[in-house]
Amino acid sequence: METQPLLELSHIRKQFGGVVAVEDFSLDLHPGEIVALVGDNGAGKSTLIKMISGVYQPTDGAIRLSGETVSFTDASEARARGIEVVYQDLALADQQPVYMNLFLGREKLMKGLPLLDRRSMVKEAQQLVEDLDVRIPSAKATIRDLSGGQRQGIAIARATHWAKQLILLDEPTAALGVAETAKVEKQIAALKERNVAILIISHSLDQVFRLSDRICVLRRGQQIGIRETAKTDKNEIVAMITGVN
Amino acid sequence: MEQVKKIFARFDLQQYVVYVGFLLIFLYFAVTLHDDGFLTQRNLTNIVLQTAPATIMAIGLVFVLSAREIDLSFGSIVAVAALSAAVVMQEYNMFLGIAAGLGVGLAIGLFNGVLVAYLRLPSFLVTLATMGLFAGVARTLTNLRSIPVIDSGFTGFFGAGSFLGVPSLVWWSFGAVIVGHYIYRETRFGAHVLATGDNARAAQVSGIKVPRIRVAVLALSGVCAGLAGLLYAGRLQAAKYTLGETDLMTVIAAVIVGGTLLSGGKGTVIGALVGSLLMGMLNNGLILQGLSVSDQMIVRGIIILVAVAVSLRDTNH
Repeated sequence: METQPLLELSHIRKQFGGVVAVEDFSLDLHPGEIVALVGDNGAGKSTLIKMISGVYQPTDGAIRLSGETVSFTDASEARARGIEVVYQDLALADQQPVYMNLFLGREKLMKGLPLLDRRSMVKEAQQLVEDLDVRIPSAKATIRDLSGGQRQGIAIARATHWAKQLILLDEPTAALGVAETAKVEKQIAALKERNVAILIISHSLDQVFRLSDRICVLRRGQQIGIRETAKTDKNEIVAMITGVN
Repeated sequence: MEQVKKIFARFDLQQYVVYVGFLLIFLYFAVTLHDDGFLTQRNLTNIVLQTAPATIMAIGLVFVLSAREIDLSFGSIVAVAALSAAVVMQEYNMFLGIAAGLGVGLAIGLFNGVLVAYLRLPSFLVTLATMGLFAGVARTLTNLRSIPVIDSGFTGFFGAGSFLGVPSLVWWSFGAVIVGHYIYRETRFGAHVLATGDNARAAQVSGIKVPRIRVAVLALSGVCAGLAGLLYAGRLQAAKYTLGETDLMTVIAAVIVGGTLLSGGKGTVIGALVGSLLMGMLNNGLILQGLSVSDQMIVRGIIILVAVAVSLRDTNH
């Protein structure tokens, strides 16, 4: 690819006390590209996502966004730069309505008044879930009353709405059934069409092969290698993950 | 039939139980105490006047519970704030007295909040400790003496006075409810309080400053308790260490029965007002029925237990 990478990670290292969680990790991510991060539990995948999203700061190495070195001190700075995360546990407020969740922390106010503009948030939320084909009874529905797939749909819709550049997905379908998983994968594919860069953690190799352009393997904090999805197969990836030939 | 079921499914029992309970208890007293003057305008007004301080404490507590914290110290804050105001007024003037009362409430609330938010101590333990601590401070502050409040401007503004024919305590009560309701329902702060209590991690990753919200709700509760202290001092024309002592159970019950969840993320200021009026009415009715103080405590305890059980019944699904 000749375009400038959207995200460049070079020689990233993260240490918690004496424990090295991620060692010498490098990766370029281009707009419209889906890269899958795979590896066993504790391989350092989530730590990596958290460094990109500003929750953790790397001990060493550089993160560049569109060529510019960035150093986020918390998640809101990363968000301000158009990076959104869909967390494994969804990070939804269960007892609040859908539209408030879509605008969580970024509520719209009425012009010139310190009051919430609920009507406009409902309208925008309704439009958004329709665009993304998330079937929910209404934007005013309470999250608690939705199914797992619908919730995941909302979490992804939120990320889609706010992400201008990059979406990080941490096990987006771990808790979903077959039909719901298919739906979420369709959403992810649609994001790619919008030229958003996507980094996805998944334990399902089938899913990784369905969705990704490249696969990056981690084992115990070490970067084992990166493969183009079209030029590799499951056996090779499994061997890389486990370290057994 | 389906239709009826649907309507019932959408009917959130917990949200309305306080209104139904209020009506039932009101009707019961209206019938049984008809000859004892329960329904007289004077008696009904009295109920509103007597519950004004509890209502204002309840508003603060709605915010605290919604953020999934608890405040047990507001009763003690009431006494310290009222005594501080009274002592300052003896030396200086009404305005400094008001500032002292509210300032003490704010300071103790901030103290609670900082310990909870930044040292991550459980608010239950922090406010349990400060409840005891400031109950002690209230006792030593004036050596158990009661301090008279004679400034007629103050007692009129906070106590016996009226404006446009409506008693000032009614103004305070309903004014605070309206302001509280709007802040709770219609501002970003209110939304962030709910998000924090509902899912603190989600709030955090959404850029909400969760520790600040925790400090703010406990500080707000402190200010509300301070204001309640001023209202007590104004109405009784004196401040004493016993003020607010018995409000803890009443106010918590009023808020829970009113439809605010102990587990955070959901609540209502209007419900807390009705819950508070219900508690006041209960108090009043039981006295009119001629129950002894100890019998009143037993009956009130049982009724609160039933009310809380009913209002929490459908939240565990």
